Amino acid sequence: MGSEYFDYIRDLLKDRSGLAVSLDKTYLIDTRLLPVARKHGYDTIVDMVKALKIRHNEALVVEIAEAMNTHESLFFRDVEPFELFKNIILPQVLQRRKDTRRMRIWCAACSSGQEPYSLAMLLHEEAHRLSGWNMEIVATDISHSVLARAKEGLFSQFEVQRGLPVQMLVKHFAQEGDYWRISDKIRKAVTFKAFNLLTDPRGLGRFDVVFCRNVLIYFDLETKRKVLDALGGVIAPDGVLFLGSSESTIGLTEQLWPVEAGLGVYKHTGSPPSLAELP
Amino acid sequence: MKSCLIVDDSKVIRMVAKKILHDLAFETVEAADGQQALDACKANMPDAVLLDWNMPVMSGIEYLRELRALPNGNLPVVVFCTTENDIEHIQEAIEAGANEYIMKPFDSEIIQAKFTQVGLL
Ligand SMILES: C[S@@+](CC[C@H](N)C(=O)[O-])C[C@H]1O[C@@H](n2cnc3c(N)ncnc32)[C@H](O)[C@@H]1O
Repeated sequence: MGSEYFDYIRDLLKDRSGLAVSLDKTYLIDTRLLPVARKHGYDTIVDMVKALKIRHNEALVVEIAEAMNTHESLFFRDVEPFELFKNIILPQVLQRRKDTRRMRIWCAACSSGQEPYSLAMLLHEEAHRLSGWNMEIVATDISHSVLARAKEGLFSQFEVQRGLPVQMLVKHFAQEGDYWRISDKIRKAVTFKAFNLLTDPRGLGRFDVVFCRNVLIYFDLETKRKVLDALGGVIAPDGVLFLGSSESTIGLTEQLWPVEAGLGVYKHTGSPPSLAELP
Repeated sequence: MKSCLIVDDSKVIRMVAKKILHDLAFETVEAADGQQALDACKANMPDAVLLDWNMPVMSGIEYLRELRALPNGNLPVVVFCTTENDIEHIQEAIEAGANEYIMKPFDSEIIQAKFTQVGLL
Protein backbone atom coordinates (compact mmCIF):
# COMPACT_ATOMS: atom_id res chain seq x y z
CA MET A 1 0.00 0.00 0.00
CA GLY A 2 1.39 3.43 -0.96
CA SER A 3 2.09 5.75 1.95
CA GLU A 4 -0.63 8.25 1.03
CA TYR A 5 -3.20 5.46 1.37
CA PHE A 6 -1.70 4.30 4.64
CA ASP A 7 -1.76 7.89 5.91
CA TYR A 8 -5.41 8.22 4.96
CA ILE A 9 -6.39 5.10 6.93
CA ARG A 10 -4.16 6.05 9.86
CA ASP A 11 -5.70 9.53 10.12
CA LEU A 12 -9.21 8.17 9.76
CA LEU A 13 -8.65 5.71 12.63
CA LYS A 14 -7.01 8.24 14.92
CA ASP A 15 -9.78 10.67 14.23
CA ARG A 16 -12.68 8.27 14.63
CA SER A 17 -11.76 5.91 17.47
CA GLY A 18 -8.33 7.06 18.62
CA LEU A 19 -6.76 3.83 17.39
CA ALA A 20 -3.06 4.28 16.66
CA VAL A 21 -1.55 2.08 13.94
CA SER A 22 2.15 2.19 13.36
CA LEU A 23 3.78 1.21 10.08
CA ASP A 24 4.77 -2.19 11.47
CA LYS A 25 1.09 -2.98 12.02
CA THR A 26 0.08 -2.52 8.40
CA TYR A 27 -0.59 -6.25 8.16
CA LEU A 28 -3.51 -5.63 10.53
CA ILE A 29 -4.94 -3.13 8.10
CA ASP A 30 -4.61 -5.70 5.32
CA THR A 31 -6.24 -8.59 7.16
CA ARG A 32 -9.08 -6.58 8.70
CA LEU A 33 -9.92 -4.15 5.92
CA LEU A 34 -9.66 -6.33 2.83
CA PRO A 35 -12.94 -8.09 3.72
CA VAL A 36 -14.58 -4.66 4.15
CA ALA A 37 -13.25 -3.48 0.78
CA ARG A 38 -14.44 -6.67 -0.95
CA LYS A 39 -17.86 -6.43 0.67
CA HIS A 40 -18.24 -2.96 -0.83
CA GLY A 41 -17.14 -4.11 -4.28
CA TYR A 42 -13.50 -3.00 -4.28
CA ASP A 43 -10.70 -5.37 -5.26
CA THR A 44 -8.13 -3.77 -2.99
CA ILE A 45 -7.91 -1.48 0.02
CA VAL A 46 -6.21 1.12 -2.19
CA ASP A 47 -9.22 1.14 -4.52
CA MET A 48 -11.50 1.66 -1.53
CA VAL A 49 -9.38 4.56 -0.24
CA LYS A 50 -9.24 6.13 -3.71
CA ALA A 51 -13.03 6.03 -3.89
CA LEU A 52 -13.38 7.49 -0.39
CA LYS A 53 -11.05 10.33 -1.26
CA ILE A 54 -13.24 11.22 -4.19
CA ARG A 55 -16.52 10.82 -2.38
CA HIS A 56 -17.00 10.53 1.38
CA ASN A 57 -19.11 7.57 2.49
CA GLU A 58 -19.94 7.84 6.18
CA ALA A 59 -21.26 4.30 6.56
CA LEU A 60 -18.09 2.87 5.05
CA VAL A 61 -15.86 5.04 7.24
CA VAL A 62 -17.71 3.82 10.34
CA GLU A 63 -17.33 0.24 9.16
CA ILE A 64 -13.60 0.71 8.60
CA ALA A 65 -13.08 2.16 12.08
CA GLU A 66 -15.12 -0.65 13.57
CA ALA A 67 -13.33 -3.43 11.68
CA MET A 68 -9.99 -2.26 13.07
CA ASN A 69 -11.06 -2.44 16.71
CA THR A 70 -10.18 -5.39 18.90
CA HIS A 71 -13.21 -6.54 20.87
CA GLU A 72 -11.64 -9.36 22.79
CA SER A 73 -13.04 -9.65 26.30
CA LEU A 74 -13.73 -12.21 28.96
CA PHE A 75 -15.67 -12.56 32.20
CA PHE A 76 -13.81 -11.50 35.35
CA ARG A 77 -10.80 -10.60 33.22
CA ASP A 78 -7.57 -10.93 35.25
CA VAL A 79 -9.62 -11.96 38.34
CA GLU A 80 -7.87 -9.55 40.79
CA PRO A 81 -9.58 -6.29 39.76
CA PHE A 82 -12.92 -7.93 40.48
CA GLU A 83 -11.77 -9.28 43.85
CA LEU A 84 -10.49 -5.80 44.73
CA PHE A 85 -13.77 -4.30 43.63
CA LYS A 86 -15.77 -6.71 45.75
CA ASN A 87 -13.60 -6.84 48.86
CA ILE A 88 -12.19 -3.31 49.12
CA ILE A 89 -13.86 -0.78 46.85
CA LEU A 90 -17.49 -1.82 47.22
CA PRO A 91 -17.43 -1.81 51.07
CA GLN A 92 -15.78 1.65 50.95
CA VAL A 93 -18.42 3.07 48.67
CA LEU A 94 -21.21 1.51 50.74
CA GLN A 95 -19.78 3.24 53.79
CA ARG A 96 -19.23 6.61 52.11
CA ARG A 97 -22.57 6.72 50.34
CA LYS A 98 -24.69 5.36 53.15
CA ASP A 99 -26.71 8.57 53.27
CA THR A 100 -27.64 8.76 49.58
CA ARG A 101 -27.62 4.95 49.08
CA ARG A 102 -26.67 5.47 45.51
CA MET A 103 -23.71 4.01 43.63
CA ARG A 104 -22.81 4.55 39.99
CA ILE A 105 -20.40 2.39 38.00
CA TRP A 106 -19.24 3.01 34.43
CA CYS A 107 -17.68 0.42 32.11
CA ALA A 108 -16.21 2.72 29.50
CA ALA A 109 -15.22 0.18 26.82
CA CYS A 110 -17.52 -2.70 27.58
CA SER A 111 -17.21 -4.66 24.32
CA SER A 112 -19.70 -7.58 24.26
CA GLY A 113 -20.66 -7.09 27.91
CA GLN A 114 -18.53 -9.54 29.88
CA GLU A 115 -17.11 -6.80 32.11
CA PRO A 116 -20.36 -5.07 33.19
CA TYR A 117 -22.12 -8.44 33.53
CA SER A 118 -19.29 -9.69 35.76
CA LEU A 119 -19.86 -6.66 37.99
CA ALA A 120 -23.62 -7.18 37.96
CA MET A 121 -23.14 -10.80 39.05
CA LEU A 122 -20.83 -9.70 41.87
CA LEU A 123 -23.39 -7.14 43.06
CA HIS A 124 -26.00 -9.87 42.94
CA GLU A 125 -23.89 -11.97 45.35
CA GLU A 126 -23.82 -8.99 47.68
CA ALA A 127 -27.56 -8.35 47.38
CA HIS A 128 -28.10 -8.82 51.11
CA ARG A 129 -26.04 -5.66 51.78
CA LEU A 130 -27.61 -3.67 48.98
CA SER A 131 -31.28 -3.64 49.77
CA GLY A 132 -32.64 -0.13 49.47
CA TRP A 133 -29.65 0.87 47.37
CA ASN A 134 -29.84 2.36 43.93
CA MET A 135 -27.03 0.63 42.01
CA GLU A 136 -26.38 1.71 38.48
CA ILE A 137 -24.02 0.12 35.96
CA VAL A 138 -23.63 2.14 32.77
CA ALA A 139 -21.78 0.27 30.02
CA THR A 140 -20.61 2.00 26.86
CA ASP A 141 -18.61 1.26 23.74
CA ILE A 142 -18.02 2.99 20.44
CA SER A 143 -19.04 -0.06 18.45
CA HIS A 144 -22.74 -0.52 17.75
CA SER A 145 -22.29 -4.13 16.75
CA VAL A 146 -20.67 -5.20 20.05
CA LEU A 147 -23.28 -3.22 21.98
CA ALA A 148 -26.02 -5.09 20.18
CA ARG A 149 -24.40 -8.37 21.21
CA ALA A 150 -23.94 -7.15 24.77
CA LYS A 151 -27.61 -6.17 25.07
CA GLU A 152 -28.66 -9.53 23.66
CA GLY A 153 -26.69 -11.25 26.43
CA LEU A 154 -26.13 -14.41 24.41
CA PHE A 155 -22.69 -15.99 24.73
CA SER A 156 -21.05 -18.95 23.01
CA GLN A 157 -19.89 -22.03 24.86
CA PHE A 158 -16.33 -20.82 24.37
CA GLU A 159 -17.08 -17.39 25.86
CA VAL A 160 -18.83 -18.70 28.98
CA GLN A 161 -15.83 -20.91 29.71
CA ARG A 162 -13.40 -18.03 29.79
CA GLY A 163 -13.27 -16.57 33.28
CA LEU A 164 -16.81 -17.38 34.39
CA PRO A 165 -16.99 -19.74 37.40
CA VAL A 166 -19.28 -22.66 36.58
CA GLN A 167 -21.42 -21.95 39.66
CA MET A 168 -22.24 -18.54 38.17
CA LEU A 169 -22.93 -20.08 34.78
CA VAL A 170 -25.50 -22.38 36.31
CA LYS A 171 -27.00 -19.62 38.43
CA HIS A 172 -27.26 -16.80 35.92
CA PHE A 173 -27.47 -18.37 32.45
CA ALA A 174 -29.97 -20.45 30.54
CA GLN A 175 -28.90 -22.77 27.77
CA GLU A 176 -30.12 -22.14 24.22
CA GLY A 177 -28.64 -24.79 21.96
CA ASP A 178 -24.90 -24.21 21.89
CA TYR A 179 -25.36 -20.76 23.40
CA TRP A 180 -25.99 -19.43 26.88
CA ARG A 181 -28.27 -16.50 27.64
CA ILE A 182 -27.74 -14.33 30.70
CA SER A 183 -30.74 -13.96 33.02
CA ASP A 184 -33.06 -10.97 32.73
CA LYS A 185 -32.19 -9.97 36.25
CA ILE A 186 -28.48 -9.53 35.45
CA ARG A 187 -29.15 -8.08 32.01
CA LYS A 188 -31.46 -5.44 33.42
CA ALA A 189 -28.87 -4.38 35.98
CA VAL A 190 -26.78 -2.92 33.14
CA THR A 191 -27.64 0.06 30.92
CA PHE A 192 -25.88 -0.07 27.56
CA LYS A 193 -25.21 3.05 25.49
CA ALA A 194 -23.02 4.05 22.58
CA PHE A 195 -20.25 6.40 23.62
CA ASN A 196 -16.97 7.45 22.00
CA LEU A 197 -14.18 8.00 24.52
CA LEU A 198 -12.80 10.78 22.34
CA THR A 199 -15.84 12.88 23.24
CA ASP A 200 -16.84 14.68 26.44
CA PRO A 201 -18.21 12.21 29.01
CA ARG A 202 -19.75 14.75 31.39
CA GLY A 203 -23.20 14.09 29.96
CA LEU A 204 -23.06 10.62 31.54
CA GLY A 205 -22.89 12.11 35.02
CA ARG A 206 -20.55 11.36 37.89
CA PHE A 207 -19.26 7.92 38.84
CA ASP A 208 -17.98 6.27 41.98
CA VAL A 209 -16.18 3.56 40.02
CA VAL A 210 -14.99 3.56 36.42
CA PHE A 211 -13.68 0.52 34.58
CA CYS A 212 -11.76 1.59 31.49
CA ARG A 213 -9.81 -1.54 30.77
CA ASN A 214 -7.82 -2.65 27.77
CA VAL A 215 -8.68 0.19 25.46
CA LEU A 216 -6.05 2.87 26.23
CA ILE A 217 -3.42 0.42 24.96
CA TYR A 218 -4.68 1.05 21.44
CA PHE A 219 -4.33 4.85 21.66
CA ASP A 220 -1.32 7.11 21.14
CA LEU A 221 0.07 9.21 24.02
CA GLU A 222 -1.85 12.34 23.20
CA THR A 223 -5.16 10.44 23.03
CA LYS A 224 -4.42 8.55 26.26
CA ARG A 225 -3.80 11.89 28.02
CA LYS A 226 -7.01 13.40 26.72
CA VAL A 227 -9.12 10.39 27.65
CA LEU A 228 -7.62 10.11 31.15
CA ASP A 229 -8.16 13.81 31.83
CA ALA A 230 -11.76 13.49 30.72
CA LEU A 231 -12.27 10.43 32.94
CA GLY A 232 -10.79 12.40 35.84
CA GLY A 233 -13.57 14.91 35.30
CA VAL A 234 -16.39 12.40 35.83
CA ILE A 235 -14.86 10.30 38.62
CA ALA A 236 -16.14 11.49 42.02
CA PRO A 237 -13.48 13.07 44.27
CA ASP A 238 -13.41 9.86 46.32
CA GLY A 239 -14.03 7.57 43.33
CA VAL A 240 -11.69 5.10 41.63
CA LEU A 241 -10.59 4.11 38.16
CA PHE A 242 -9.69 0.56 37.11
CA LEU A 243 -7.32 0.24 34.16
CA GLY A 244 -6.09 -2.86 32.31
CA SER A 245 -3.03 -4.71 33.56
CA SER A 246 -0.70 -3.10 31.02
CA GLU A 247 -2.15 0.41 31.35
CA SER A 248 -1.35 3.24 33.78
CA THR A 249 -1.97 6.92 34.46
CA ILE A 250 1.65 7.61 35.35
CA GLY A 251 3.15 10.35 33.23
CA LEU A 252 -0.18 10.88 31.43
CA THR A 253 -2.41 12.86 33.77
CA GLU A 254 -2.06 14.95 36.90
CA GLN A 255 -5.49 13.92 38.10
CA LEU A 256 -5.33 10.22 38.84
CA TRP A 257 -2.67 8.37 40.78
CA PRO A 258 -2.14 4.71 41.64
CA VAL A 259 -3.80 3.76 44.92
CA GLU A 260 -0.86 1.42 45.36
CA ALA A 261 1.76 0.34 42.85
CA GLY A 262 0.75 -2.58 40.66
CA LEU A 263 -2.91 -2.82 41.67
CA GLY A 264 -4.37 -1.26 38.53
CA VAL A 265 -6.58 1.05 40.64
CA TYR A 266 -6.27 4.85 40.50
CA LYS A 267 -7.81 7.76 42.38
CA HIS A 268 -7.62 11.53 42.59
CA THR A 269 -5.62 11.68 45.78
CA GLY A 270 -3.50 8.57 45.35
CA SER A 271 0.19 8.76 45.99
CA PRO A 272 2.28 10.39 43.27
CA PRO A 273 4.80 7.75 42.16
CA SER A 274 8.37 7.69 43.30
CA LEU A 275 10.92 8.49 40.60
CA ALA A 276 11.67 4.83 40.07
CA GLU A 277 8.15 4.19 38.84
CA LEU A 278 8.11 6.91 36.21
CA PRO A 279 8.43 5.56 32.69
CA MET B 1 5.36 -29.47 41.04
CA LYS B 2 1.60 -30.06 41.25
CA SER B 3 0.12 -33.33 40.09
CA CYS B 4 -2.92 -33.89 37.91
CA LEU B 5 -4.72 -37.16 37.29
CA ILE B 6 -6.15 -37.31 33.78
CA VAL B 7 -9.20 -39.58 33.58
CA ASP B 8 -10.53 -40.32 30.10
CA ASP B 9 -11.19 -43.50 28.14
CA SER B 10 -9.85 -41.89 24.97
CA LYS B 11 -6.12 -42.22 24.62
CA VAL B 12 -6.03 -39.28 22.21
CA ILE B 13 -7.76 -36.96 24.68
CA ARG B 14 -5.39 -38.09 27.45
CA MET B 15 -2.46 -37.27 25.18
CA VAL B 16 -3.78 -33.81 24.30
CA ALA B 17 -4.57 -33.03 27.95
CA LYS B 18 -1.18 -34.35 29.06
CA LYS B 19 0.62 -32.06 26.62
CA ILE B 20 -1.36 -29.01 27.83
CA LEU B 21 -0.83 -29.86 31.50
CA HIS B 22 2.91 -30.43 31.05
CA ASP B 23 3.12 -26.98 29.48
CA LEU B 24 1.40 -25.65 32.62
CA ALA B 25 4.07 -27.43 34.72
CA PHE B 26 1.93 -30.26 36.06
CA GLU B 27 3.09 -33.77 36.70
CA THR B 28 0.50 -36.12 35.20
CA VAL B 29 -0.88 -39.58 35.92
CA GLU B 30 -3.43 -41.24 33.63
CA ALA B 31 -6.45 -43.46 34.14
CA ALA B 32 -8.80 -44.89 31.51
CA ASP B 33 -11.90 -45.22 33.70
CA GLY B 34 -13.29 -44.30 37.13
CA GLN B 35 -12.12 -47.48 38.81
CA GLN B 36 -8.52 -47.01 37.68
CA ALA B 37 -8.77 -43.38 38.81
CA LEU B 38 -10.02 -44.41 42.23
CA ASP B 39 -7.17 -46.91 42.62
CA ALA B 40 -4.69 -44.23 41.60
CA CYS B 41 -6.12 -41.84 44.22
CA LYS B 42 -5.97 -44.45 46.96
CA ALA B 43 -2.29 -44.97 46.17
CA ASN B 44 -1.51 -41.28 45.81
CA MET B 45 -3.88 -38.31 46.16
CA PRO B 46 -3.28 -35.86 43.26
CA ASP B 47 -3.65 -32.07 43.54
CA ALA B 48 -6.03 -31.98 40.61
CA VAL B 49 -8.23 -34.32 38.58
CA LEU B 50 -9.32 -33.68 34.99
CA LEU B 51 -12.34 -35.90 34.65
CA ASP B 52 -14.37 -37.30 31.74
CA TRP B 53 -17.99 -38.29 32.36
CA ASN B 54 -18.81 -41.30 30.19
CA MET B 55 -16.38 -44.17 30.62
CA PRO B 56 -16.65 -47.96 30.81
CA VAL B 57 -16.43 -49.79 34.17
CA MET B 58 -17.03 -46.68 36.30
CA SER B 59 -18.29 -43.29 35.13
CA GLY B 60 -16.78 -39.97 36.12
CA ILE B 61 -19.66 -38.98 38.37
CA GLU B 62 -19.61 -42.32 40.24
CA TYR B 63 -15.87 -41.97 40.68
CA LEU B 64 -16.28 -38.42 42.01
CA ARG B 65 -18.80 -39.50 44.66
CA GLU B 66 -16.53 -42.31 45.80
CA LEU B 67 -13.50 -40.03 45.77
CA ARG B 68 -15.17 -37.43 47.98
CA ALA B 69 -16.00 -40.19 50.50
CA LEU B 70 -12.34 -41.31 50.79
CA PRO B 71 -10.07 -40.02 53.55
CA ASN B 72 -8.50 -36.85 52.12
CA GLY B 73 -10.77 -37.30 49.11
CA ASN B 74 -11.94 -33.72 49.51
CA LEU B 75 -8.44 -32.42 48.79
CA PRO B 76 -8.10 -32.74 45.01
CA VAL B 77 -9.56 -30.00 42.85
CA VAL B 78 -11.80 -31.81 40.39
CA VAL B 79 -12.47 -30.34 36.98
CA PHE B 80 -14.92 -32.19 34.76
CA CYS B 81 -14.03 -32.20 31.07
CA THR B 82 -16.83 -33.74 29.05
CA THR B 83 -19.13 -33.53 26.05
CA GLU B 84 -22.07 -33.66 28.49
CA ASN B 85 -22.74 -29.94 28.25
CA ASP B 86 -26.30 -29.49 29.42
CA ILE B 87 -27.16 -27.66 32.59
CA GLU B 88 -28.56 -30.76 34.34
CA HIS B 89 -25.25 -32.59 34.06
CA ILE B 90 -23.36 -29.51 35.22
CA GLN B 91 -25.62 -29.16 38.24
CA GLU B 92 -25.29 -32.84 39.10
CA ALA B 93 -21.50 -32.50 38.91
CA ILE B 94 -21.44 -29.48 41.23
CA GLU B 95 -23.65 -31.29 43.71
CA ALA B 96 -21.33 -34.30 43.64
CA GLY B 97 -18.44 -32.03 44.55
CA ALA B 98 -16.88 -30.92 41.26
CA ASN B 99 -14.98 -27.63 41.49
CA GLU B 100 -15.15 -26.67 37.83
CA TYR B 101 -16.58 -27.90 34.58
CA ILE B 102 -15.16 -27.78 31.07
CA MET B 103 -17.44 -28.46 28.13
CA LYS B 104 -15.68 -30.16 25.25
CA PRO B 105 -14.28 -29.23 22.81
CA PHE B 106 -11.61 -27.68 25.00
CA ASP B 107 -8.27 -26.06 24.27
CA SER B 108 -5.25 -25.01 26.29
CA GLU B 109 -6.71 -21.56 26.88
CA ILE B 110 -9.86 -22.93 28.50
CA ILE B 111 -7.91 -25.37 30.68
CA GLN B 112 -5.60 -22.59 31.74
CA ALA B 113 -8.50 -20.21 32.49
CA LYS B 114 -10.36 -22.82 34.54
CA PHE B 115 -7.27 -23.98 36.44
CA THR B 116 -6.47 -20.35 37.26
CA GLN B 117 -10.00 -19.79 38.51
CA VAL B 118 -9.85 -22.66 40.97
CA GLY B 119 -6.44 -21.57 42.22
CA LEU B 120 -4.35 -24.35 40.66
CA LEU B 121 -2.25 -21.85 38.70
C1 LIG C 1 -10.30 -5.11 23.98
S1 LIG C 1 -11.91 -4.46 24.26
C2 LIG C 1 -11.92 -4.32 26.02
C3 LIG C 1 -13.17 -4.90 26.63
C4 LIG C 1 -13.20 -4.91 28.17
N1 LIG C 1 -13.07 -3.59 28.73
C5 LIG C 1 -12.14 -5.84 28.72
O1 LIG C 1 -11.18 -5.37 29.34
O2 LIG C 1 -12.24 -7.05 28.53
C6 LIG C 1 -11.75 -2.80 23.68
C7 LIG C 1 -13.06 -2.13 23.33
O3 LIG C 1 -12.83 -0.72 23.21
C8 LIG C 1 -13.72 -0.21 22.25
N2 LIG C 1 -13.23 1.09 21.80
C9 LIG C 1 -12.20 1.35 20.96
N3 LIG C 1 -12.08 2.68 20.75
C10 LIG C 1 -13.05 3.27 21.49
C11 LIG C 1 -13.46 4.64 21.67
N4 LIG C 1 -12.81 5.63 21.06
N5 LIG C 1 -14.50 4.87 22.47
C12 LIG C 1 -15.16 3.86 23.11
N6 LIG C 1 -14.82 2.56 22.95
C13 LIG C 1 -13.79 2.27 22.15
C14 LIG C 1 -13.73 -1.29 21.18
O4 LIG C 1 -14.91 -1.20 20.38
C15 LIG C 1 -13.66 -2.57 22.02
O5 LIG C 1 -14.92 -3.13 22.23
